[in-house]
Amino acid sequence: MDTFVQLVLNGLMLGGLFAIISVGLTLIFGIIRLVNFAHGELLMVGMYLTWIGTTQLGVHPYVLAPAVVLVLFVVGLLIQRFILQPLLEARDAHVQIFATVGLSTALINLALLVFGADLYATPSSGVRDSIAIGPYRILVGQLVMFVCGIAVVAALHLFMERSYLGRAIRATAQHRAAAQLMGVDVKRIYMVTFGIGAACVGLAAVLVAPIYPASPTVGTYFVLTAFVVVVLGGMGSLHGAFIGALIIGLVDSLSGFYIAPDLKEVVIFGLFIGILLLRPTGLFGLGRGSE
Amino acid sequence: MLTLHDVQAGYGRTTILHGINVEVRAGEVVTVVGANGAGKTTTLRTIVGLVRPTAGRITFEGEEIGRLSPHEVVARGITLIPEGRQLFPFMSVRDNLRMGAYTPHARARMAQTLDEVLDLFPRVREKLEQHAGSLSGGEQQMVAIARGMMARPKLLMFDEPSLGLAPIIVSQVFDVVEQIVRTGVTVLLVEQNVFRTLSIADRGYVLENGAIAMSDSGAALLRDDHVRRAYLGI
Ligand SMILES: Nc1ncnc2c1ncn2[C@@H]1O[C@H](COP(=O)(O)OP(=O)(O)OP(=O)(O)O)[C@@H](O)[C@H]1O
Ligand SMILES: [Mg+2]
Repeated sequence: MDTFVQLVLNGLMLGGLFAIISVGLTLIFGIIRLVNFAHGELLMVGMYLTWIGTTQLGVHPYVLAPAVVLVLFVVGLLIQRFILQPLLEARDAHVQIFATVGLSTALINLALLVFGADLYATPSSGVRDSIAIGPYRILVGQLVMFVCGIAVVAALHLFMERSYLGRAIRATAQHRAAAQLMGVDVKRIYMVTFGIGAACVGLAAVLVAPIYPASPTVGTYFVLTAFVVVVLGGMGSLHGAFIGALIIGLVDSLSGFYIAPDLKEVVIFGLFIGILLLRPTGLFGLGRGSE
Repeated sequence: MLTLHDVQAGYGRTTILHGINVEVRAGEVVTVVGANGAGKTTTLRTIVGLVRPTAGRITFEGEEIGRLSPHEVVARGITLIPEGRQLFPFMSVRDNLRMGAYTPHARARMAQTLDEVLDLFPRVREKLEQHAGSLSGGEQQMVAIARGMMARPKLLMFDEPSLGLAPIIVSQVFDVVEQIVRTGVTVLLVEQNVFRTLSIADRGYVLENGAIAMSDSGAALLRDDHVRRAYLGI
């Protein structure tokens, strides 16, 4: 019983991290209708940035969070503006998807060129200290991930529901042409959306770096899981991504212990295929948007 | 106020509008009538920037607007209430109306505009918290018109506001349009209900196969033999 509760705690904490990555992915999908295959590589970029910042400036990685988030926000804006938007005007959504695949490959190779295939562990103090809650223990780093996961999802939710810009983002997703008729600059909305998605990954990168070493292909593992989360929660749904992330975190943690660590990815992808077969729109999917 | 000068436009390689000239003066109610597929919607979409003119000039208050993006045109005070309503279905009616006041100019006076607009649409006031997609067709059309008014436009363009509605609702829509006209907004109206439209219009244009076949005062067009035969079935 104790082990089980401990595993559930671990799973929920991990879920917080998946939530941050998935929320960005689902946002980009829901608004721009783009599957961003370069999402993991943005995470990788953020992790190297964290490593560089930490080792060069000698500060704690968490201190770098605002800077890394900002840099990734801008990187996201630029990718949308200079790579994806010109392709959108060329009028073929498939080309955009290939472009994100290409971007992903390019970033991996760039990282190989600059950093080689070595693992870069970000030095950090205190992140691996554990806090006791009764008989259970959680790492400081895990708790921070969980709290940040909740905070990010809550902040995004409020932003989308309450602010003019958030409403315009939702309006654009629901009816692009009508949003333009309201005076919304749709290109700007897409840039901001991609920027926010990338910024979320930037935060995730800062949180992961102290626990998991950076390498050119580090993004693949996390983002494949995030794709499962996004499909489970319903493509484009924020709270779906949150719940989905917690579920996948639990599955990851429990199956790693009760089945076998080597098989947990098999379990997650088995679940993924099961969802696609039984409920293709996910837990909170609305099916198709209008248009 | 608005002038279309030999405007050509279309989709891809197909030209739909073959050099049309249309003028709307401040304070006027102008209508464009024409058969299905004549290019009425294309005309309105071209004015608002959703379709790029391939030739000719569009000026609004003396400035060229033919190359602007829709959001820039809207910011200058032109609003289109589109054919088929085009509400944001998963947003509340209130959020739809808020979206109507998206431009900085409209946003600054949103609370006041909302009150004025809801006075005109008491039924919409009752539905403010409902999802727009869950309303009936007539209610959705009222919300679409209310949303257009939220922008406080100088020129308000309607594309077939009575399309697909029951006769009683059509009549209500026209009542609302007439009320809006009385507030002094300049209106460009495209409608299938040619008789009632020409009755409230100061001037009208007859669009046939993407070219202006005729233009005159609303009353004169109502008396015209060709118009009566082709559009009024008399
Ligand atoms: N998005 C589009 N792509 C290609 N052709 C289009 C498009 N929209 C309209 N057309 C074509 O342009 C022509 C004019 O269409 P438009 O919608 O302007 O007509 P309309 O006068 O508004 O007709 P209706 O009374 O049926 O609304 C039609 O032949 C139509 O098939
Ligand atoms: Mg039309």
